Amino acid sequence: MGDWRTITVPVLSSDSKNILSYTSERKISPTSMNSQVLRLSLPSSKMHSFFSAFCTEENIEQSISYIDRELTTLGFPSIYAESKGKELNLISIINCMNELLALQHKNLRAQEEVEMQHMKLGSDMDHLQNCYAKLKDQLELSKREIVGLQERDRQLQSKNRNLHQLLKNEKDEVQKLQNIISSRATQYNHDMKRKEREYNKLKERLHQLVMNKKDKKIAMEILNCVGRADGKRGAWRTDKTEARNEEEMYKVLLSDYEQRQKQLLLENAELKKVLQQMKKDIISLLPPQKQKPKEKSEDGLVLSDQEEDIGELNKENMWELSCETVREQLTNSIRKQWRMLKNHVEKLDNQVSRGHSGALNEKDVISREDHELETEKLELEIQQCKEMIKTQQQLLQQQLTCDDDTTLLLQDCYLLEERERLQEEWRLFREQKKNFEKERKSFTEAAIRLGLERKAFEEDRGTWLKHQFLTMTADCKSENATTPSSEPDIRLVKSASRQRRSPSVLSSPVSAEPCQTYQYIAQNSVASEKPAADNMPNLWVEGDDKEETE
Amino acid sequence: ASCVQHRLVVRDASSLQLLQLYTCLDQIQYIEWSSDSLFILCALYKRGIVQVWSLEQPAWHCRIDEGSAGLVASCWSPDGRHILNTTEFHLRITVWSLCTKSVSYIKYPKACQQGVVFTKDGRYMAVAERRDCKDFISIFVCNNWQLLRHFDTETQDLSGIEWAPNGCVLAAWDTCLEYKVLLYSLDGRLLSSFRAYEWPLGVKSIAWSPSSQFLAIGSFDEKVRILNHVTWKKITELDHPATIASKKTIVYKEVEKSPTVDTERLSFPPTRELASSLFSTQSKYDISQVPVSLQYVKPVADRANPKVGVGMLAFSADNCFLATKNDNIPNAVWIWDIRKLKLSVVLEQLCTIQCFQWDPCQPRLAVCTGTSRVYLWSPAGCVVVQVPGEGDFQIMSLSWHSSGDAMVLLSKDNFCVCYLEREEV
Repeated sequence: MGDWRTITVPVLSSDSKNILSYTSERKISPTSMNSQVLRLSLPSSKMHSFFSAFCTEENIEQSISYIDRELTTLGFPSIYAESKGKELNLISIINCMNELLALQHKNLRAQEEVEMQHMKLGSDMDHLQNCYAKLKDQLELSKREIVGLQERDRQLQSKNRNLHQLLKNEKDEVQKLQNIISSRATQYNHDMKRKEREYNKLKERLHQLVMNKKDKKIAMEILNCVGRADGKRGAWRTDKTEARNEEEMYKVLLSDYEQRQKQLLLENAELKKVLQQMKKDIISLLPPQKQKPKEKSEDGLVLSDQEEDIGELNKENMWELSCETVREQLTNSIRKQWRMLKNHVEKLDNQVSRGHSGALNEKDVISREDHELETEKLELEIQQCKEMIKTQQQLLQQQLTCDDDTTLLLQDCYLLEERERLQEEWRLFREQKKNFEKERKSFTEAAIRLGLERKAFEEDRGTWLKHQFLTMTADCKSENATTPSSEPDIRLVKSASRQRRSPSVLSSPVSAEPCQTYQYIAQNSVASEKPAADNMPNLWVEGDDKEETE
Repeated sequence: ASCVQHRLVVRDASSLQLLQLYTCLDQIQYIEWSSDSLFILCALYKRGIVQVWSLEQPAWHCRIDEGSAGLVASCWSPDGRHILNTTEFHLRITVWSLCTKSVSYIKYPKACQQGVVFTKDGRYMAVAERRDCKDFISIFVCNNWQLLRHFDTETQDLSGIEWAPNGCVLAAWDTCLEYKVLLYSLDGRLLSSFRAYEWPLGVKSIAWSPSSQFLAIGSFDEKVRILNHVTWKKITELDHPATIASKKTIVYKEVEKSPTVDTERLSFPPTRELASSLFSTQSKYDISQVPVSLQYVKPVADRANPKVGVGMLAFSADNCFLATKNDNIPNAVWIWDIRKLKLSVVLEQLCTIQCFQWDPCQPRLAVCTGTSRVYLWSPAGCVVVQVPGEGDFQIMSLSWHSSGDAMVLLSKDNFCVCYLEREEV
């Protein structure tokens, strides 16, 4: 079509001529006018004025022809009737108008749509611009951050490099120092060796001087030679002795090695025993797994393996063999079983954890129930056993102590017996005591009497002796021989009389035992009474002495 | 036996009664009993003379004169009938026989810390030698002084040798500039060599355990390394830090307790006992709570033989304990349990430790620090024993009797014997 030109309405409404003149500048002026008309779907007032402006009463023909021309150019049928011009085809006009209206509607709609799109696009554009602005900001920010981080990274890297450098420097220094030390050490060694050689030379020289001098002074002065500590004589130094020395030395070494080997063998045996024990313990721990169906197969196989192993190893009599293979077998079997034990423990742990987490397997339930049943059974058993033990204890006690009644009776019997015995003895004792008392009394009386009698007797004796003496002195020479014999006779008589007296005093008959004791008591009391008594015994003794001296 | 100036005094060990008195020609520098306790040698280094006295026959005498060769050291041989004299400048070692009056010479002995060692059973003697700037070891049979083995050692400067108690292994260690310990078997083969580190100062002290199972090496880095006799490899390192943090260690600290004096009982002039008790300080042991930090002495940096490192090592007779002293921490004795290879007890004293020695029969350790007190430790506990007497008796060293019932405490001028009561069983 033609160029759409947006010309402001006021300019249009003001002067059609102007418009025409304005549009005549363009080539497609009428189209432009048409376009103006079509495009500006403005308020009808303006349209009306515009319409009146276009077609007035003067230029009807021109305007109609113009419109016709335009329509035909646009493709519409001509509004003129088929004959020559001037007669307007109303139908075609109306059709054209209708078509034009439809076209207008269409265009309006299209315009609306286009405007909508335009608006949408506008808002989209705004949105996008905003986003763009934000993204640009973010980009700026991140760029700045990146720059900052890069800066830091650079700094750190430089620091790192510095530290590495320092480390290297230090290492170099250390190496240098070590080198210095080693070089100094070698230097010192060298110097020391040189000095030592000099020193050795001096020593040699000195040694020569000392040896050469043949100092009489260097001597040992000893009083006498001392024997050797072990008493043997010193031996000459010969090859034989050298050989013997070697032998002895090797013997010493060998005995030491043998001792050590023995110790090691003992240790080995101990350790093997421990390993065997451990193996047995591990084996004993593992079989309970047989109940679980899952692991049954594995365990079954494994157990059979173990049993085979045990069988083999026990058959081979481990203690004596210490060769590599047996050792390896033992250690391998223990390792295997340890691994199985570990697996077993791990499985148990897993089960426990599963149980805690609440996922109860059928198996767990069963196992717990089983466990509980078993514990109940065991408890019952324990109770039964306890009861049995109690009853047995009671029975034992009863057996040991028979019936209560009989034991009491027996005990009573024993007690009664003892009591009766004791009572009898008391009785006897009391009787004896009484008897003793009686006899003591009588004895004291007798002793007193005896004393008195003795006194009297002594007096008599004294007088008699005097009498005798007097008579004897009268005829002493004739009776010298008889006097000494008469003395012992007299003494005997006296002692006999005394002895006779003592039993006579003790006349009361008593049992044999008391009699002897009484005699003893009597003798004792006699002895005790001797000094207590009067001077008579002394006198008698003195008298005896006197007699003896004569 | 003790010597005073130029007199040798022999006393009975249980009663300290004077038994014999011998007079030598000059001041005695060194005395030693022979192994069968029948003879005593007195060495007079200045005169170069060794005089030997017999206890059985006081009239018997023997004099060995080294003349112009001089005398630097003298010792008995294990059979008690030979005397080994080291001449001046370590020119040679002369072996004098008391039985045959014969002389043997050992040339080129080494002038080191411990150059001549005898096995415990007295059969063999190892001598460190140095010829042509190389170290050698010679092994002699003590019966007839025949040379058994002569081999060189890979040391820079052999500093000492020591037989294992079982007499089959000889440990040789290098100078402290090089950490190197070499182990030779009786027939001269090198069994093993041990080197813990390269540059810092090396071995300071070495001790064999009584069963020959362990060799403890104390070094200047304040550590003790223990080797085992089966592989001659290190089984453990025992460290001596200045702070003890382990809860299982017992730390006994010597604490001075001021003497309590009853003011009422003071008399004038003060009695002797009172005076001594006032001025002599009593001390007792206290158990310190772990962690404990010990007194640490920083050694002077530029002197030779610095007081750093483990300088004293001793195994107990029953092979259960090892006592060590770290020269950095001079007031403490560290007692290690060998069965567990752990530190079991630390004794912290008030003064520097001078000497310690294990009882030859029981696990009992006696320590002296230069004060007038001797300290005893046993697994049952520890006790402070005051030496009674007036004046200061500064115990510098001590020595146990072979039966474990008594010990001799030596100060500079005096000595006393301490008797220990046996427990009534």
